[in-house]
Amino acid sequence: MVKNYAEWIIRHKWLVILISLLVVGALGSGARLLTFTNDYRAFFSKENPQLLAFENLQDTYAKNDNVMFILVPEDGNVFTEQTLRAIAWLTEESWQTPFSTRVDSITNYQHTYAEGDDLIVEDLVFADEELSAERLAQVREIAINEPLLVNRLISPSGHVTGINITIELKGEDPQAENPQVVGFIRDLRQEFKQKFPGIEVKLTGIIMMNRAFPEAQQYDMQHLVPFMFLAFFVMLFFWVKGLSGTFATFLVIIFSNIGALGIAGYIGIALTPPSFSSILIIPTMSIAHSVHILMNFLIAIHHGESKHEAMVDSLRINMQPVFLTTVTTGIGFLSLNFSDAPPFRDLGNIVAMGVVIAWLLSITLLPALMMILPVKEKVIETRSSKLMVALAEFVIARRKTVLVVMGLIVIMLISFIPRNELNDEFTKYFDTEIEFRRDADFASDNLSGLYLVDYSLESGETGGVSNPDFLQNVEDFANWFRDQPEVIHVNVLTDIFKRLNRNMHADDDSMYSLPEQRDLAAQYLLLYEMSLPYGLDLNNQINVDKSSTRMTVMLYNMSTSKVLALEDRAQQWLRDNAPASMHNEGASPTIMFSHIGYRNIRAMLLGTTIALVLISMILIFALRSWRIGLISLIPNLVPAGMAFGLWGMAVGQVGLALSVVTGMTLGIVVDDTVHFLSKYLRARREKGLDAQDATRYAFRTVGLALVATSIVLAFGFMILTQSAFTLNSDMGLMTATTIMFAIIADFTLLPALLMALDKKERKHE
Amino acid sequence: MNKRLVLAILLGLPMLAQAQTPEEKGLQIAKDADAFDSGFVDFTADMVMTLKNKKGQTSSRQIRIRTLEVQGDGDKSLSIFDEPADVKGTAMLTYSHGLEPDDQWLYLPAIKRVKRISSRNKSGPFMGSEFAFEDLGSQEVEKYTYKWLRDEPCGEFECYLIERVPAYKFSGYKRQLVWMDKEAYRLMRVEYFDRKNEPLKTLVATDYQQYLDRYWRAGKMEMTNHQNGKSTTLDWNNYQFKTGLTDNDFKSQTLKRAR
Repeated sequence: MVKNYAEWIIRHKWLVILISLLVVGALGSGARLLTFTNDYRAFFSKENPQLLAFENLQDTYAKNDNVMFILVPEDGNVFTEQTLRAIAWLTEESWQTPFSTRVDSITNYQHTYAEGDDLIVEDLVFADEELSAERLAQVREIAINEPLLVNRLISPSGHVTGINITIELKGEDPQAENPQVVGFIRDLRQEFKQKFPGIEVKLTGIIMMNRAFPEAQQYDMQHLVPFMFLAFFVMLFFWVKGLSGTFATFLVIIFSNIGALGIAGYIGIALTPPSFSSILIIPTMSIAHSVHILMNFLIAIHHGESKHEAMVDSLRINMQPVFLTTVTTGIGFLSLNFSDAPPFRDLGNIVAMGVVIAWLLSITLLPALMMILPVKEKVIETRSSKLMVALAEFVIARRKTVLVVMGLIVIMLISFIPRNELNDEFTKYFDTEIEFRRDADFASDNLSGLYLVDYSLESGETGGVSNPDFLQNVEDFANWFRDQPEVIHVNVLTDIFKRLNRNMHADDDSMYSLPEQRDLAAQYLLLYEMSLPYGLDLNNQINVDKSSTRMTVMLYNMSTSKVLALEDRAQQWLRDNAPASMHNEGASPTIMFSHIGYRNIRAMLLGTTIALVLISMILIFALRSWRIGLISLIPNLVPAGMAFGLWGMAVGQVGLALSVVTGMTLGIVVDDTVHFLSKYLRARREKGLDAQDATRYAFRTVGLALVATSIVLAFGFMILTQSAFTLNSDMGLMTATTIMFAIIADFTLLPALLMALDKKERKHE
Repeated sequence: MNKRLVLAILLGLPMLAQAQTPEEKGLQIAKDADAFDSGFVDFTADMVMTLKNKKGQTSSRQIRIRTLEVQGDGDKSLSIFDEPADVKGTAMLTYSHGLEPDDQWLYLPAIKRVKRISSRNKSGPFMGSEFAFEDLGSQEVEKYTYKWLRDEPCGEFECYLIERVPAYKFSGYKRQLVWMDKEAYRLMRVEYFDRKNEPLKTLVATDYQQYLDRYWRAGKMEMTNHQNGKSTTLDWNNYQFKTGLTDNDFKSQTLKRAR
């Protein structure tokens, strides 16, 4: 049947090439529909409970998306006339930012003070104000002693200041809105730098992070993709020893990419850096098919067969294994659909499509092309297969030692798995190559970070935010947070009440305390709210019926498991000290990312198990042996365990990216096992060899090919480690490690196990 | 109707329009509107303000308003808060001025003191609502510069569409589009644009009633914020005109006696 198929392909080579081109062209035209995500929310499924909680909070108060200018005067002092004027100018201009709803800076901070019986509410610094040395000192004194400002918009030492712009995107055209904001902000920065050359400007905030997703992708596209193609070209050229084979294989892998990304475009996938990495993974996964077919083809020609005969032979030999490995690889990638994070589902689906397209092309386009292209007879490897024979002899002679030593290594490595701590610090998703990461790090080190947790604290009654008991509880909670070493800043309503109380008592510092009566507090608030300008109101901190308030806790950069530990302590504090109405979990992007690793690992556990069962069933069916199929579980599972153990030793932090690796690599490492076992079983069944001789046979026939494909796979994923997006580079490194461990396990553990466990069967027969 | 009169209007109107620039025409309409509404002397009314956030949660406030017409300057107005209970008895006195910051006092019953609000800010939300004080205060002609854009139907009426730009430096708006009916200069709809000239809010006024056979007042005003998804509705009741209020009812010294 395969022979007839091969004959047909060869006979209709021009037609096959034409149809391949047309189909790939049609699929590829979907690529024009591809969009690029610029919203971190893309990492969360619509039903993600932490996302829902956060959206709920934003709907009650206001959106949190922001851009923050970080201003660093070269003289190290924000409180100079020149710099304050610059801040006032930039504050004013920032109101022009598209979709902005609010601008906060130290100059437009609504300073309140008493003047006789008057309450004065005004900008701390006016743009056109004369600033004497005395006045500068006064401004500094007010700013760095104001809990709303210090560690949020001004550093305690006054060397760095921030201007925070709150952005409320309409969401009508997500592709255009974020770039529009960022474009405006970058132009404004340029203008600012020309006007005020002595001040360095950095940009951070959620909006800037969202922009960094497509920019990280662009970095990868420019740096990784060309390098990968160059590297694969060189490798292929030496491997298949000729331009024709290299060219044909190249067409297959490029067409697979075009086809898969085209379909992704048609079905409306918005690319994120993880799903975009499929552009690197598809060629890595699909190159092996073509190489297997080409190698057998070239070997046959070397043995004196005609091109025609050689191709028919090669297809006949490779049809089943290539199909089988496509199915298992596909299942591995499709298991990513269990992930809670849509980008990884997209990645799995795009790669699975790419792998299938590559398979189809390698049994249609590839043979057809090779029939047309010139092929010279080449001398195929001889020397290096001696190495394989030597390795086989070593494993056979020392099989017990190998089993014990490998077993110990595996157990030792696996025992390090618990050392891995869950961590998804989202600013660290970006490499320092990306400007956003550098600026966010600087901001975190010098002023304030992006890691914050919002609490919606409910009083349980309308107007309850003025209730002195409630306010006292809120203040106690805020003060508890301020005592925690993880906390930079707490933004809380009670600070405003205390300030107003002091103002209303002729700025008497001893009256810097919460108002003692409910109606008094409510009336202060009314008075204060009447005095606030557009965009600087309290609606982002108090809900409409004044029954609840939002408190924002800003954290130092730290692992998300520490964030969760802090949140646990906070919840405990609330249970111990606050009425039930105030018990509410924190919500924020930080909290969302803190749960994402765990949620994904749990979801992927099911996905990986299903993939494992399916793949094992396929193996048992294909190898026609329960025993061997079950034995194969060990070399299929152990590599990921070893890789996670090594990771625990060397790195110790896992997150979203690594939660998908086991499922993904399962479909990859299984290929080596399949190849090794099918040769082993052929020797046992057809040639009647015993376990030791069958092992020799397997090493000799596929050993080198397995090494070669493993190197290509590992190399492909190693390229991914250079990605500007850490999720990708971690995933690449872990996958490459797993693949290397897989080949080690296949050459040591698997034959040792076979020789130990496959004896009985022989006796029974 | 007299045919000759109709003819005169038909011929006369375009000539009139040609004689004026759109700016002059806009200003003329504003002046006519001001003149049309002048002479009411004073009025009192009750207002219920209902706030609604994106999630549909609502909250309401009740305020009594007293306004005294002042010739040659902005009106004086007194707002007495009845609800929520925490601010019951709080009274706000405003002397509105054209381009100068308004004078504003607030009586806080909790401390039995009158506090002057010294702030140039009239653009912030009024009691947490989507109305700024700027939107509610008396609309003096000199608070804006005007430009007539076109006439167009608005609901059952024919309206002037006028663009007005706040003359007050600390206004929260870049400009406003105002639909005012030609018959009685009733404000039907106002679209507010923020300082970056993006649509911010829309005010729709309905349920107009005429008082003393002359003065029209809306029974319902609905302000929708397009950027944050919140809205605020004002329901007006008990309009009374020429109630005999005097200057003495609008003095900061007597604010604590306002009931």
